Parts: sequence; C-alpha cells; structure tokens
Amino acid sequence: MSNRFAQETLDTVKNLEKYDAGFVTDIEMEKAPKGLNEDIIRFISAKKKEPEWLLEERLKAYKHWQDMPEPNWAKLKIDPIDYNDAYYYAAPKRDEDKPETLDDVDPKILETYEKLGIPLKEQEILAGVKTRKVAVDAVFDSVSVATTFREELKKAGVVFCSISEAVQEYPDMVKKYLGSVVPMTDNKHACLNAAVFTDGTFVYIPKGVRCPMELSTYFRINEANTGQFERTLIIADEGSYVSYLEGCTAPMRDENQLHAAVVELIALDDAEIKYSTVQNWYPGDENGKGGIYNFVTKRGICKGKNSKISWTQVETGSAITWKYPSCILAGENSVGEFYSVAITNNYQQADTGTKMIHLGKNTKSRIIAKGISAGKSDSTYRGLVRISPKAVGARNYTQCDSLLIGDQCGAHTVPYIENKNMSAVVEHEATTSKISEDQLFYCQQRGISEEDAVALIVNGFCREVMQHLPMEFAVEAQKLVGISLEGSVG
Amino acid sequence: MLKIKNLHVEIDGKEILKGLTLEVPKGEVHAIMGPNGSGKSTLSYVVAGRDGYEVTKGSIEFMGKDITEMDPDERAALGLFLGFQYPVEIPGVTTTNFLKTAINAQRKARGEDDISPVDFLKLQKAKTEQLGIVPDMLKRGVNVGFSGGEKKRNEVLQLSMLDPKFAILDETDSGLDIDALKTVAEGVNAMRGSEKSFLVITHYQRLLDYIKPDVVHVLAHGKIQKTGGPELAHELEEKGYEEYINAA
Ligand SMILES: Nc1ncnc2c1ncn2[C@@H]1O[C@H](COP(=O)(O)OP(=O)(O)OP(=O)(O)O)[C@@H](O)[C@H]1O
Ligand SMILES: [Mg+2]
Repeated sequence: MSNRFAQETLDTVKNLEKYDAGFVTDIEMEKAPKGLNEDIIRFISAKKKEPEWLLEERLKAYKHWQDMPEPNWAKLKIDPIDYNDAYYYAAPKRDEDKPETLDDVDPKILETYEKLGIPLKEQEILAGVKTRKVAVDAVFDSVSVATTFREELKKAGVVFCSISEAVQEYPDMVKKYLGSVVPMTDNKHACLNAAVFTDGTFVYIPKGVRCPMELSTYFRINEANTGQFERTLIIADEGSYVSYLEGCTAPMRDENQLHAAVVELIALDDAEIKYSTVQNWYPGDENGKGGIYNFVTKRGICKGKNSKISWTQVETGSAITWKYPSCILAGENSVGEFYSVAITNNYQQADTGTKMIHLGKNTKSRIIAKGISAGKSDSTYRGLVRISPKAVGARNYTQCDSLLIGDQCGAHTVPYIENKNMSAVVEHEATTSKISEDQLFYCQQRGISEEDAVALIVNGFCREVMQHLPMEFAVEAQKLVGISLEGSVG
Repeated sequence: MLKIKNLHVEIDGKEILKGLTLEVPKGEVHAIMGPNGSGKSTLSYVVAGRDGYEVTKGSIEFMGKDITEMDPDERAALGLFLGFQYPVEIPGVTTTNFLKTAINAQRKARGEDDISPVDFLKLQKAKTEQLGIVPDMLKRGVNVGFSGGEKKRNEVLQLSMLDPKFAILDETDSGLDIDALKTVAEGVNAMRGSEKSFLVITHYQRLLDYIKPDVVHVLAHGKIQKTGGPELAHELEEKGYEEYINAA
C-alpha cells in the first residue's frame, strides 16, 4: 500500500536505534587476565578479601564444574561456549583505600545509569514526582558500584547491600544460607557461578518488618568479552515482607556474552517475598548476531508455614534465555506463584518456565505463563509441578498461553506433572493464538499505527502477568513490550 | 467530503467493486442499501484502507486529498471513521484504554498534545451516559463477551468519542433492540451538522426513520445502480432488489 522501499529504509534506520540501552560507557577498568583457572578464582577472592571458607567453596565448585556436562534438555540451539575466551573480573578502577560513598562514584557511571533512567542520587529520587521510593543496588560488570537509601533502610532494620559487603559484615547469615537453596552441584551454570561470582545483592528483612520501600538491583554489562556472574541472596525473616525488582541491560556487541546468575530466596514463617524481573539484555541484531546468553538459576524456598514467594518476570531481551525461577514449598500452607511474559523476536530463543515442588501440607501454587513469538524466534514454556507423598491437599493451577506473530516462529509448551498424592488437585490449561488481521485493522481504523497496535494487543494478552509488577515498573515494562516487537509485522 | 470515482476493487484477484462512483458532500447523510454480497462492506473497508483490498482502477478522495494509497491509521487521523458490521474482540485491552490510545494516537498524528486524563474521563462519562452504556463495559476487554447489541453500542461510543468528520456505519442497526436503535440514532443525530457527513449502510427502512438520509443509493453488482431521495428506501422496502439483481 505504501511505498515498500521507503518503508524498508525507514525500518532499517529504526532498527539501528531501537535497542536504546545499547551504548558503551568509556571508563578505565581493572580486569583479571582472560581465562578461567584456579588463579583467577584466587584473584577474585583476594580482591574481595574473602574469608578462607568462601575461597574453599569456590575452588570446590570449580573442580566440580570441570566434570559437569552442559544441560542439554532444553529446546535451544547453543553454539559451544569457549569459557577461556572471557574475562571473569572487570571493575571500574578506584582508589581501594578510600571508603566508597555515593559521592565518590565515577560521574560516568552515574551518567550511564541516568541514561538508562535509573537515578542513583537519592535527592533526585526524592525531588522527583514518584511518591514511593525505590532503593537501588547498581551492579556494573563485576561489582556493585552504589547502593542507595541504605541509611533509611537500616533504621527499619533492613539490610540492603552488595553480597561482597555482606560476606564481611554478616558472615554468619551468608555462610548459613549461601548455596542452601541452589547447591553448587545443581547445574553447570550455577556451578560456574559458585566458582566465579563477583558481586550481587544481599537483603535481610528482620522479623515482622514490612520493607518500607521497593528494593531493586540494576545489572549492567559494559565491558566486551566479560561474563557477568552475580549472586543474589534474600532472606525474609518471620512475618516480614519485601518486594524486590531487578533490571538488566548491555551494549550492542557482535560477540555473545554470558550472564550466569544465581538467585536464592528464603522465606520463613508467615513471610512474603515478591521478586520481579524486567530482563532487557541485548538480544542480538535482526540476523541473530551477538546478544547475551542468559543462563540463570533462580529458586526460592518457602521454609516457614504460611510463607509466600511470588516470581514475576518480563523477559524481552537476551539472544538465549534459559531460566526457571522455582519454588520449594516446604512450609505448611505455603504459596508459590510464577507469572511470566517471555517475548522473542528475530532469532531469539527462550526456554523458560518454573518448578513448583510441593513438600508441605496444603501448599498452593499458581503458574501463569505468556509466551509471545515473532520473527524467526522460538519460545518454549517448560514447567514442572511435583507433589510429594506428604503434600496432602496440595493444589496447582497452570495456564500457558502462546501468541504467535507471523508464521516463521515457534511456540512450545512442555508441562511435567509428577503427582504422588491422591488428595492433590493439579490443573493445566494451554492455548495458542495469533494476532489476527481483523484485530490489527480494527486498531488501525481507530488511528493506532500498526506497531502500536501490536504492542497494545500483546500488552492485553499479557495483562494478567503485568498487573503483578510493582506499579513503578509496569509502565516501563509495557513500553518494552512494544519496543521488543518492533519490526515484527508489515 | 468523500468523492469516489470509477472504483474497481479486487480481493484475491476477484473483482468485487466494478466501477463505483459516489459523492457525499459536507454536512449530508447518505444511505446505501443493497442485497447481501453486493459489496457494501467491501466499499467500507476499501475507503478505510484495509490491506488485501486492491484498488485496480479509480480513486478515493477525502476532503480534497487522494487517500487511495494511505494507511488506515492516517485516514483515521484525517477524521474518517468506520463502524464495523462485525466489531472485533481484543482480549485484555480495556475499552477505556483502547479509546484513550486511539484518541491520543489521532491527536499525535495531527500534531496535538495528549488529552489530559481528567478531560478524557469527563468525556467518557458524558458519552457513556448519553448512550446508556453501563460503566462496567468499559473495564472489560474490547468487545470480549459483549452481546451483539452491546458491540454495536460500543461502536457508537467510539464514534462519538473520536468525533470524526466522516463516518461510515456498516449495519450498525443490525442486532440493536428498539430502544438501543433510538439511542444510537439520537447519538448520530446529535453529531449531525453542517460540518459532518455520514454514510449509513443498512438493510432496514426503520433506521432511516430515525436517521433521515438526504440521499439513498442502491448498490448491486459492485456498482451504484440508482440514486434517489428518502422515498427510494420505502420503494425498496416494498419491491425488494429484484429489478437490480436482474439488471446485470
Ligand atoms: N476475502 C474474500 N475473498 C473472496 N471473496 C470475498 C472476500 N471477502 C468478501 N468477498 C466477497 O465479496 C462479496 C461482497 O462482500 P461484502 O461483505 O462487501 O457484501 P455486503 O454487501 O456487505 O453483504 P451483507 O449485506 O451480507 O453484509 C461477497 O460475494 C463476498 O463473498
Ligand atoms: Mg456487509
């Protein structure tokens, strides 16, 4: 209808600019030599002035990792990874003897986060229109560069700091819980993380405390040829509540970069943890070149009775996503939830889902997974619901909906159900649909452009999941849905 | 306002409109009647710019501009509205959100600022009350689970909120109960004035009792076969389309 050639030129130009987190910050970095070996691990541990036990754990993990096979059950095509062709430690240079406060953070880094829409200066957040405060831990390549609102949180008894600091300041808690939910032997990516993790976030909410603000971590990969291996540990003591959000971006590069994180959540009696992710790692270009390998192990345990863990994820980025945020429902009456939107476009691949392991009596889980595939991409929902013999009265509800845009993409649903208790109720529903010509034309007739119509329809499709995101981030996530599907129609 | 000259339209290589000429001047209401399958909806789609409806000959001019090659959203921003014969469902998108997105998209295309949230809500409240629409409908997905009549009312709500210069109503009366028909007609009549034009597609004289047309056209075999005054509609109601069907 319109001039095809002119439109193509416009689209090409637009594609160049559409991943607007794709810039590089030019900053002096301190790096460990390339490659992976015991010396590198000792280097990382020494950098962090870690106690002996932690170094031992790292070395043990490294040994184990060498013998472990790559997980191969996911429906993913992954080029072999050369683990020796990457840097495992890269941090902005700084004066080591000087205690770091917000004012000492390199202005270039502050600028980077500002450009990404994440203000790290507390007064700016206060002066802004947002009425609710959000505390941020900013992780830049291998290290945490700033954590905001710490003093205010401390007054409430909440600990919010980098994991490196927690190792120094709260060694007992770290020793007790690190690796308790995701053991190093869990899978090869988690094992690698246990050996080389460089930073991440630590959160402790004391008994009976409702965390007074949203906590968040913002991950940024900046250096070329580096992997990012962060570790997050969140402990919610009895009767406490916390809502935590993570966001991620990286520059546009032709090489694939590895991001292998481990997140562990622990909820004690009557505690609730709400964990949200907006994942926007660089997805690679429209020919499938470059992008992040997002191989992440996330698991929470509802240890106490009546506890609750809720995962919400919006996965729009990464060349390949391999991720199954899971819940071990050990405490009686505990609840696990998983709300997921996974969008793939061009040559992206995603194999994502959850595991709900019902151990305790009357445990409940709810899974709502929405997969959107466009271009030549491929998306799989893979979920396990396991009801153990002791989980009397357990219940699960699973709903998986796939939406296809175009006819060159794929969507798959792979549910595994293992029910060893007759009293349990397990429900599974799945649908597959397409955006219809009728819907697009209807929107366009009302004045909405084709691309905005796709974003609107997809956001409608994802509504049940999006409404579980903290308000502050829901709008951003909705915009991201539109951006990640640009160029998928027409 | 709308000038269609010798329009030939194909769908999948099959010619549906075969040299249709029609002019709707500013401020007038025209009605189109014609047998099933004669090309009425095709005409409305092609005027709105739907993909897959290929104009092989002729032109469509809207407010002095040739719009034959324009995208549907550009035509909408110029002030062209189509009330669908079969309104489409959009799950998860509330009618309110849909309307706000549409209004702001049109404003943006015209270089205007977004409507303020307060003004939007005021406008929506006024229009829903005027059309007797229950507010609950606005919170549901667009047309999802709506009854046939509710869908048509929703079309008229969109019409009155988007406030276009020219509207095609494709069998908006079908499926409406008597009371709804009156309310809808009142809605249209309230918009009627020296600046706006309507093209009303219908099978029934009844609608034309409430929305009095200035001109009535008969469409058959992909062409306007006859044009007359309101009395032509009465004549058709009595005699049917036999004479036009046999004409070809
Ligand atoms: N996608 C299509 N492919 C082939 N033929 C089509 C297609 N869409 C419509 N047609 C044909 O075009 C002709 C005109 O259809 P149209 O919907 O415009 O009729 P109409 O006058 O609106 O009829 P009604 O009064 O029943 O609403 C019909 O014969 C129809 O079958
Ligand atoms: Mg029709």
